[in-house]
Amino acid sequence: MVPESYYSSLSAVLFTIGVVGVVVRRNPLVIFMSIELMLNAANLALVAFGQRFGNLDGQAVVFFVMAVAAAEVAVGLAIIVSIFRVRRRLSVDDLSLMRW
Amino acid sequence: MARAVFLLVAAVAVGSALGLILRRNAIHGALFLVVNLGSIAALYLMMGAEFLAAAQVIVYAGAIMVLFVFAIMVLIPGKEEIGPDPHRRARLAALPVGALLFVLLVLVVGRRWAGPAATTTASGTPDAVGRLLFTSYLFPFELTSVLLLAAMVGVLVLARRRA
Repeated sequence: MVPESYYSSLSAVLFTIGVVGVVVRRNPLVIFMSIELMLNAANLALVAFGQRFGNLDGQAVVFFVMAVAAAEVAVGLAIIVSIFRVRRRLSVDDLSLMRW
Repeated sequence: MARAVFLLVAAVAVGSALGLILRRNAIHGALFLVVNLGSIAALYLMMGAEFLAAAQVIVYAGAIMVLFVFAIMVLIPGKEEIGPDPHRRARLAALPVGALLFVLLVLVVGRRWAGPAATTTASGTPDAVGRLLFTSYLFPFELTSVLLLAAMVGVLVLARRRA
């Protein structure tokens, strides 16, 4: 049996990689995928802690996180596509305005 | 034995996550993310969360990643990562800050938790998780359907070509 601190440490590693990816990359799609990585790291920690305390509530929360992530990805990608239609460029460094 | 399998799967997960943020090509990044999500599904299986492992493969590695690959194909990114970087110093600072965040996270989350270990192991079969979702989590579950409907309508409005 693997102790749950292994799982939560792995979750910390993945979350940190996601944060660094959001900061260092310029492509909004890759930034989005790094956010998915962070969500998955949090899910892993939730399941691990749920197993630690022997109940299923952690897994129910992970289910809701997955549903919210699906909605978030759909809307976020639509926003990126519509920005690309207007600006013809995709670098996040260009997007410093709140409106245009 | 279980530890060896865990270390192997964890190495795959960390390696594919690093591949996602280090490769220039966004399609390679998407494929690395699929590998990462699959290895997390394997970890769910090792923890006895069978329903979540299946949902992870179907929802994340299936539906969400198809959406990502579609968007990458439509937009064909790649030019924004080459050329001079006006924020190079800020981006280099991400490495020490990330290391600091990692140390903090491990100190908070990775420590051994006090208190007695669980006497019963919670098995995340579809039966058990479904029962929980339709009893104590019924209201958030119904709210999820409204959220998905709102997201769908919002995407249609955003993607409509303006005449």
